[in-house]
Amino acid sequence: MTETKIRVLVAKPGLDGHDRGAKVIARALRDAGMEVIYTGLRQTPEMIAAAALQEDVDAVGVSILSGAHNTLCPRIVQLLRDQGMNDCLVLVGGIVPQEDIPKLKELGVAGIFLPGTSTEDIVTFLRANVKPRE
Amino acid sequence: MAEIKEISSPEQAELERWERETLAPALKKTPEAKKRFESVSLDEVNRLYSPADLIENDTARDISFPGEFPYTRGIHPTGYRGKLWTMRQFAGFSTPEETNARFKYLLAQGQTGLSVAYDLPTLMGYDADSPLAEGEVGKCGVAVSSLADMEALFDGIPLEGVTVSQTINAPASVFLAMYLVVAEKQGADWKKISGTLQNDILKEYIAQKEWIYPIRPAMKLVTDTFEFCTQQVPRYNPVSVSGYHIREAGATATQELAFTLRDGIEYVDWGVKAGLPTDEFVPRISFFFNAHNDFFEEIAKYRAARRIWSRAMRDRFGSSNERTLKMRFHTQTAGVSLTVQQPLNNIVRVAIQALAGVLGGTQSLHTDSYDEALALPTDRAALIALRTQQIIAEETGVANTIDPLGGSYFIEALTDKMESAALDYFEKIDAMGGMVEAIEKGFPQREIQDSAYRYQKAVERGEQTIVGVNKYQMDGESTEITTLVIDESVREHQIERLQKTRDRRDGGAVANALNRLRTAAQQNENTMPATIEAVRAYASLGEICSALRDIYGVYEEPAF
Repeated sequence: MTETKIRVLVAKPGLDGHDRGAKVIARALRDAGMEVIYTGLRQTPEMIAAAALQEDVDAVGVSILSGAHNTLCPRIVQLLRDQGMNDCLVLVGGIVPQEDIPKLKELGVAGIFLPGTSTEDIVTFLRANVKPRE
Repeated sequence: MAEIKEISSPEQAELERWERETLAPALKKTPEAKKRFESVSLDEVNRLYSPADLIENDTARDISFPGEFPYTRGIHPTGYRGKLWTMRQFAGFSTPEETNARFKYLLAQGQTGLSVAYDLPTLMGYDADSPLAEGEVGKCGVAVSSLADMEALFDGIPLEGVTVSQTINAPASVFLAMYLVVAEKQGADWKKISGTLQNDILKEYIAQKEWIYPIRPAMKLVTDTFEFCTQQVPRYNPVSVSGYHIREAGATATQELAFTLRDGIEYVDWGVKAGLPTDEFVPRISFFFNAHNDFFEEIAKYRAARRIWSRAMRDRFGSSNERTLKMRFHTQTAGVSLTVQQPLNNIVRVAIQALAGVLGGTQSLHTDSYDEALALPTDRAALIALRTQQIIAEETGVANTIDPLGGSYFIEALTDKMESAALDYFEKIDAMGGMVEAIEKGFPQREIQDSAYRYQKAVERGEQTIVGVNKYQMDGESTEITTLVIDESVREHQIERLQKTRDRRDGGAVANALNRLRTAAQQNENTMPATIEAVRAYASLGEICSALRDIYGVYEEPAF
């Protein structure tokens, strides 16, 4: 029984400044006992991957409302894999059209959370899917 | 509960009699559904409002008449009987050509003003070919990188005959310049054209977060546009002080009211400090509010806003000019209230929110489209949104009489309460040294974040109902509608025009103009003349913003 806290990087890529969702999620995850690092606005996929590595996180939660998810998410997943973070989950929250969901999942996005999702659902998802550390 | 209350007035005594004789037995028989009833801002709403709530309210002083100080009942003596509000739908997507076609379509459907939405790279001052623009060109608005794009955007739309509102902030002075140069090329007289530039940089640091430069030089750019417009474009509104985004970021109605009006006061302060006579530039300051779900709270907010503004202009700046004292505002229904789930329900939400804006006396109105929680609106969705306004205006009869809810115990009590709560915030912000200082301390930002979190928790506990989301859910409804998809080829198209523009222009003239702009910024001169010169030479948006970045630097948000 290890009592290590789940570590999550909440990231806001792209040019969009709408960070209400990212900040609410960050606070909800913290309230649920997780370690949360928030990147701040306008992070490139490279900056996000570097922060994930440096902070040694279990999951990266990406908030995107601008429609740039198809460009940004696959790159974040790839960069994480390239640096050997194969178990690091990538979660996307925001406005993602239904037809884009299968493609993103196929590319390695673990969970996609649309508007109206309860923060509890995200907590539950992380607890169920983060791989326990050796 | 045999406590003895002080009876302060006959109104209070009469209320207590009712509570004792009629209410108490009824409550015994049928208790109320909840202990506490709350607005969407989580403020408590009383069971009943009666004359006892208006004891402090002096009708002549506080409510008055339409067109008279403090304008609680509206700024026009004839309300909407003389002129309806302007139906101004915010539109912009993809290329300038496509948005131009949407503008012409909306005008043909009876829309009375235009409002431009720019894409994210444009809002941030980047050209379409910037690496940072990848994946974002034309997505959240129309892409404009130079005067050539602006010419295509307004092709065949005479700017002397239609008022255009531009939602642009950090690079707003560049867009004022582009607009003026397009107008000039059309042969329009700057003295005759009208329109609105959002240009509200304070709310960017507070809520919307599309900034470029640090706060103080950014405020200098805003002040430059005030000065320039006062002298050269006297009918133009150089700023639209916006509560909309503050509300969308999670603020309560009271916070929206307080922070927006305090922002307005800050702009007036900066203008006055720059030597502008109050009554020459303040009449061109306009406002922009949200219309959220809580019907009465919203109506009271607009009424309180007018009263607070007129009193602040009188008491803080000593104005007695009626045009300075009258607050004019635009309203947009709350994007944040739209749901992905069961999207057609949004049509109903929008109609009720729009009605609140109208009953609050708005000068212009944007109604959101039902598909906007998913994407930018399709033609069909945008048309229903416009028709919603036309139905309110011409079928419901609400525009027949002025301020129809004036005198309602509830509305007047709520108007008083919101004014007083906003003034409490003013006091705190004044004590910090002003709004710029409050923002630097992260004060409004933290207040809004806290409210956003409290609201989310209230939704998750089921204390705030969102139909289709935490109550009356159904499966699979969100896929029922067709949404607008922006092609990735838009970026290629935009880059191509930008390249052609760069090839055709006089490179020496561009370099000279940009140098003059740097000098103007460095020497603290008004930057507008040099910006106009750069725009005329077809310097790109990215180049102009980059020249200013050289002098001003960039804003980095501290962790709040």
